[in-house]
Amino acid sequence: MGAAPATGPSPWLPLEKDGLHDPRGPGLGQLQQPAEALAPLPRDTAGNLVRWVQALESGAIEPRAALLPGTTVRTLDQDIIVSKFGSMPAVKFPHRQHTLWLDCANCHDKLFKAVAGANTFSMTRILNGEQCGLCHGAVAFPLTECNRCHSVPNASLRRRSAP
Amino acid sequence: MKARAVVVAVATSLLLATGPLHAEYGDVVLNKRSDREGVRPVVFPHWFHRIRFRCKVCHQELGFEMRAGANEVLMSDIIDGRFCGMCHNGRVAWGPERCDLCHSGLPGLAPGIVGGAQTSGPGRW
Repeated sequence: MGAAPATGPSPWLPLEKDGLHDPRGPGLGQLQQPAEALAPLPRDTAGNLVRWVQALESGAIEPRAALLPGTTVRTLDQDIIVSKFGSMPAVKFPHRQHTLWLDCANCHDKLFKAVAGANTFSMTRILNGEQCGLCHGAVAFPLTECNRCHSVPNASLRRRSAP
Repeated sequence: MKARAVVVAVATSLLLATGPLHAEYGDVVLNKRSDREGVRPVVFPHWFHRIRFRCKVCHQELGFEMRAGANEVLMSDIIDGRFCGMCHNGRVAWGPERCDLCHSGLPGLAPGIVGGAQTSGPGRW
């Protein structure tokens, strides 16, 4: 997972060529270019081409966790295994990596009930931008990266005895 | 031989001209009102902000809904210190009088989240 070699064209387009920014905009020259900000960070193969969690954990970036003095910054170190024994490997949902970025209330209880096993997940809904797909596919790593979530071989899980 | 060189040159220039043209992953275009009000749309870069702030700062403390398009943000809110104005106040980040730094998009852009891999329906991302 080392940084990609520095040769070849930059994989990040300059703002004036990204199809969004107006090249004639008078403020454009003062904006930071993606390549300048993102090239030094741990490289990924999808999305922004940045391993964002790794960037945070390694100290490559130090984003503030709160702005207001009274805010309680909440984190949780707990894994949830869902989607067991389907056609794909089971999904390990790590609260720790998610709460590094997010607050509990970003997902609970609007998107997901805060009880393990109480939620029904649907890839159709996720691909439609709901549930996990609210972020994954928009700003968090995209839904092309199946195995990052579906990472737990079903054979490694013990089936509960039949009811 | 010369003709082949011309073909290669034309093909190359076409490739360069039509080459990769994409916004950065997670960029959001804000254009519910900009075009109508005669200013360029806003391009909000998630990549720039998440280097400096965790998601929870804007999506919890500042009150931004997580779905692009779900937020009604007026310039009057920002000037009064709400939403973007919590930071874009001339102290944490540039103030609202620096119009062109945020209103930097091409006129006519459709609002929404862009960047190439967003979901827009089952099986399409």
